[in-house]
Amino acid sequence: MTKVNMNVNGKAVSGDVPDETLLSQFLRETLRLTGTHIGCDTSQCGACVVHVNGQAVKSCSTLAVSLDGADVMTIEGLANGELHPMQAAFNDNHGLQCGFCTPGMIMSGVDMVARYKAEGKDLTSDAIRAELEGNICRCTGYHNIVKSIEDAAAKM
Amino acid sequence: MSTKIGDRVKRKEDKRFTTGKGKYTDDVRNDNQAYAAFVRSPHAHASVKGIDISGAMAMDGVIDVLNGTQLTGDGIGNIICGWAITSKDGTPMKMGAWSALATEKVRYVGDAVAVVIAETQALARIAAEAVEVDYEILPVVASTTAAMKDGAVTIHDCAPDNQIYDWELGDEAATDAGLAAATHVTTLDLTNNRLSPNPMEPRSAIATYDDAEEHYTLYTTSQNPHVARLVLSAFYQVAPENKLRVIAPDVGGGFGAKIYIYPEEITCLWASMKTNRSVKWTSDRSEAFMTDAHGRDHVTTAKMGFDADGKITGFKIDTVANIGAYMSLFSSSVPTYLYAPLMSGQYDIQNIHCNVRTYYTNTVPVDAYRGAGRPEATYVVERMMETAAREMGLDPAELRRRNFIQSFPHQTPVLMAYDAGDFPKILEMAQETADVAGFATRKAEAASRGKLRGIGYSTFIEACGLAPSKAAGSLGAGVGLWESAEVRVNPVGSIEVLTGSHSHGQGHETTFAQIVADRFDIPVESVSIVHGDTDKVQFGMGTYGSRSAPVGMSAVVKAMDKVEAKVKKIAAHALEASEDDIVIEGGQVKVAGTDKAMGWHEVGLAAYIAHNLPDGMEPGLKETAFFDPVNFSFPSGAFICEVEVDPETGKTEIVQFTAADDFGTIINPMIVEGQVHGGVTQGIGQALLEQVVYDDDGQLLTGSYMDYTMPRAADVPFYHVEHHETPSPNNPLGVKGCGEAGAIGSPPAVINAITDAIGNNDLAMPATPQAVWRAIQAASKSVAAE
Amino acid sequence: MYPTKYHKPASIEDAIAALGGGDDAMVLAGGQTLLATMKQHLASPSDLVDIRAIEGLSGIAVRGGSLTIGAATTHAEVAGSGDVREQCAALAALASGIGDPAVRNMGTIGGSIANNDPAADYPAALLALGATIITNKREIAADDFFTGLFTTALDEGEIIVAVNVSAPTKAAYAKFDQPASRFALVGVFVANGASGVRVAVTGAGEDGVFRHAGLEAALSADWSGSAVDGVDVAADGLMSDMHAGADYRANLIKVMAKRAVSASA
Repeated sequence: MTKVNMNVNGKAVSGDVPDETLLSQFLRETLRLTGTHIGCDTSQCGACVVHVNGQAVKSCSTLAVSLDGADVMTIEGLANGELHPMQAAFNDNHGLQCGFCTPGMIMSGVDMVARYKAEGKDLTSDAIRAELEGNICRCTGYHNIVKSIEDAAAKM
Repeated sequence: MSTKIGDRVKRKEDKRFTTGKGKYTDDVRNDNQAYAAFVRSPHAHASVKGIDISGAMAMDGVIDVLNGTQLTGDGIGNIICGWAITSKDGTPMKMGAWSALATEKVRYVGDAVAVVIAETQALARIAAEAVEVDYEILPVVASTTAAMKDGAVTIHDCAPDNQIYDWELGDEAATDAGLAAATHVTTLDLTNNRLSPNPMEPRSAIATYDDAEEHYTLYTTSQNPHVARLVLSAFYQVAPENKLRVIAPDVGGGFGAKIYIYPEEITCLWASMKTNRSVKWTSDRSEAFMTDAHGRDHVTTAKMGFDADGKITGFKIDTVANIGAYMSLFSSSVPTYLYAPLMSGQYDIQNIHCNVRTYYTNTVPVDAYRGAGRPEATYVVERMMETAAREMGLDPAELRRRNFIQSFPHQTPVLMAYDAGDFPKILEMAQETADVAGFATRKAEAASRGKLRGIGYSTFIEACGLAPSKAAGSLGAGVGLWESAEVRVNPVGSIEVLTGSHSHGQGHETTFAQIVADRFDIPVESVSIVHGDTDKVQFGMGTYGSRSAPVGMSAVVKAMDKVEAKVKKIAAHALEASEDDIVIEGGQVKVAGTDKAMGWHEVGLAAYIAHNLPDGMEPGLKETAFFDPVNFSFPSGAFICEVEVDPETGKTEIVQFTAADDFGTIINPMIVEGQVHGGVTQGIGQALLEQVVYDDDGQLLTGSYMDYTMPRAADVPFYHVEHHETPSPNNPLGVKGCGEAGAIGSPPAVINAITDAIGNNDLAMPATPQAVWRAIQAASKSVAAE
Repeated sequence: MYPTKYHKPASIEDAIAALGGGDDAMVLAGGQTLLATMKQHLASPSDLVDIRAIEGLSGIAVRGGSLTIGAATTHAEVAGSGDVREQCAALAALASGIGDPAVRNMGTIGGSIANNDPAADYPAALLALGATIITNKREIAADDFFTGLFTTALDEGEIIVAVNVSAPTKAAYAKFDQPASRFALVGVFVANGASGVRVAVTGAGEDGVFRHAGLEAALSADWSGSAVDGVDVAADGLMSDMHAGADYRANLIKVMAKRAVSASA
């Protein structure tokens, strides 16, 4: 067991976990933040995407012990009093159905908008589709997810 | 903002899902939680000679290792198929025994032989690997082709030649005569590729046994918790229904795969009693590919005859379907009654005959997957129509038009009585939206970029709203397919609707609330939908087969009818008016043409205070109704797909996809369009990307997303979706159901478009780049040879 | 996952010691392949030695037309580096196409080439660019480094420190995705520089990444897409699996080579 300290959603947290504990397990089981989901075991579906030190990361493919001292943002920490524009856009544009992939989609969406804005690049719908390579949805056919991210990008 | 029928009401359930507060089964963790991991066969077919659990039991933290002999010894019954099909020679289907944990034999890779219960999930999985099973390996049949061969190994003793049934529908002699009279006959060999449903939330079960009450609670990923309880209780003998609570909380997609009651749920329940611990099992994706029921897997030969005017004279279909190693809950009905009755499509065909043979194979069971039988039928019909048009030199839209059914009701020769539709109109809408007139110009422009552009149609019909119980029963169904609802008006006027339908992405918390808000003219926020818990909701049949709107909502309407009648009685009494003069509008219950009125909430309060009710009236305002449909509903649509193929690599891009649908009355267009987007994408997945592959030894080669191609955002375009409403006359709202249309209609549209683009009709699904490239090579060789 | 012991050494020496201390210790460089493999119980290292905190192992430096990329540099860092874009835009473009954005934030160049997946992208780039792989012990030419499927010239206790790449005159990478995994079904990296014309193919070879002599000869004579037309790309020695037959891969090698040459700058 190793003690891990992190800042998760703005709060200092710690836990004693086996070294092989994945960040996703640390979030879901140790911290009981169950908004981060596990949809595959090959690092492909993206339901587990969170932000580590400001970057999108697949929490199922990262060891918790390797992130001692890191800043982690999960879907639970995104709303700040009111919904984040990306969360609101998913509701406005019907960007979710069963909701299982949604936390990862939103976290990836926030990340891509921030990167494109930082680089001064235009986040076209084709670019959104390419950026979503690592996020799989079985319900929506992506149509309204792409619309949601486009909508949020205009408001962020 | 209006929140009535037809409005694009934003979803009420979204806030919890977008903030990470959804509660899925795996999010539940009980105090005395233990974890299950299954010991699964690595062989597709083997006898189990012995199980050595000593290594696993020696591990610190392993609570128990349980096997099938113990399970059957405790009286847990076999898993059954709930739809009896009779072969054409009158013999019943041959259902082999399926124990939740295999005892003597394993029949597919992944078949469970034992379960480890341990303190952590990681330990359970490690210990499962330490269980040593002595297998005697048997020969394997991994496909229907192999299963049908003379001398093929027998999978179940009850079916020595592996055939489960040989079934037919329609008049063979009349169809043969129709084909003989034809001036043109089109023949095609078609494969409907095997798919894995892949809801993004893997299956999960948490069973807890209360030894004081002898009561079980099961959280599980189910589309139909009451059906799960019924089957677990009545057939598997886990516990009587009053001692078993099944909760399906937020469920992350179903698509059919979560209809069935699998070995894992049964085993977790039983193991919770054996170990007196809460037992949790959550599938990982690899386990899901190995154990979730698959879909499709048909091989078909079809012949369609036409007269000189292009009218269909006969249609004959011969299909072989793969059932897998065991008969799953609805497996027998999918290639029969959910398939053959759809062979008339949108066309006036007098003579149809469909023969279906099903076989056991050493693969995971095959059952209903989004569309279930209807996509397979539509693929046959619509590939035939397009191919015939090409062979006869006719415009494919024109050939369809010549054969469209024009008046309703229409009785087909394959059981179905279509109730309403306007097929020419929908096709016309789709053609306009897709700008079919401009296709030649687009094709030429694509050619200038070195791309092959093609266009393909699919004009299809579904039978949804499963199903009239009496009709289903007469065809072999073991259950009724009605739905129930309870409408509770609270003393403050807010309303709870308890429905047997289950939402796992469909947005019922919004659309069901809309029909109530519409009816009683109250805000949608005042209506809450309760579902998914057998302790809260009266019995219900669940959500599949596009039934929640036509059947589930209809039950709500019936219950609302009763509520309204009582409301009017209460108001008439209080306002000293005639019931016939009472109207409900604007949040008030009024006497028409006067200023006498009560607030809606006042009527609710009056019902519960009960100080001033008509003589003899029971207090309270809560009504229950069951709705049993009198017919299926028949959504129809016209899909037009345009593709561009890169001839050098064979890669297909869907450049335009138009879906014009008739779903009858639409409750919430936003949600309906979302269902179409998702369904079409699954259909495109089937047509271009997805395929479950077993090798000849029955090993699953597509066991993860590394090898099974899920549609991703860049694989699909924005869709053009539009609606034409011809209300169904067979339910009070006129709704038809929209969940499956996209998946049913789209595969042939895609394949018709690609084959048009490349000039070679010999192309199977999935049309991967390699498959398309080979088809292009073959076409250029045949041109060169001429 | 099976239990493992995690180490986060601050120096190469400590890393080597940690690697030597376990029965079956492995280097953790980004974990985007290794952790998935461990989850599926296909790997169960006794120890994981995380090299990302070692000073000097991460980052990109330019010296006289030569790029040095630290082993622990992520794909996102390579893709986003102005230096890499300037010196070898093809390499930056290749890195921007590995996995997905979240994977690129964690996966590293050292991890990719040490794993030497036969369908990975980086091996094609390093082989075509005639890169040098710098380890704690020696420098290894890319031609000698990639020795077969998932195997390299690395010895026990040897850790990649950096890769060194000379800027080519022209280069490009064209990749045709395996549709499910999005690894390369066929990826062709063409480079024209100080060491002549080099063409490396990933995703296709039965023994992993390889150079294609026929394409190199043709492109040496004439650096143009049409020069590829006349090259005979044989299916012999190419992989055949459920995603693609050897003949289809052979076709894709030509098509991708042609597209890479046309795109090269």
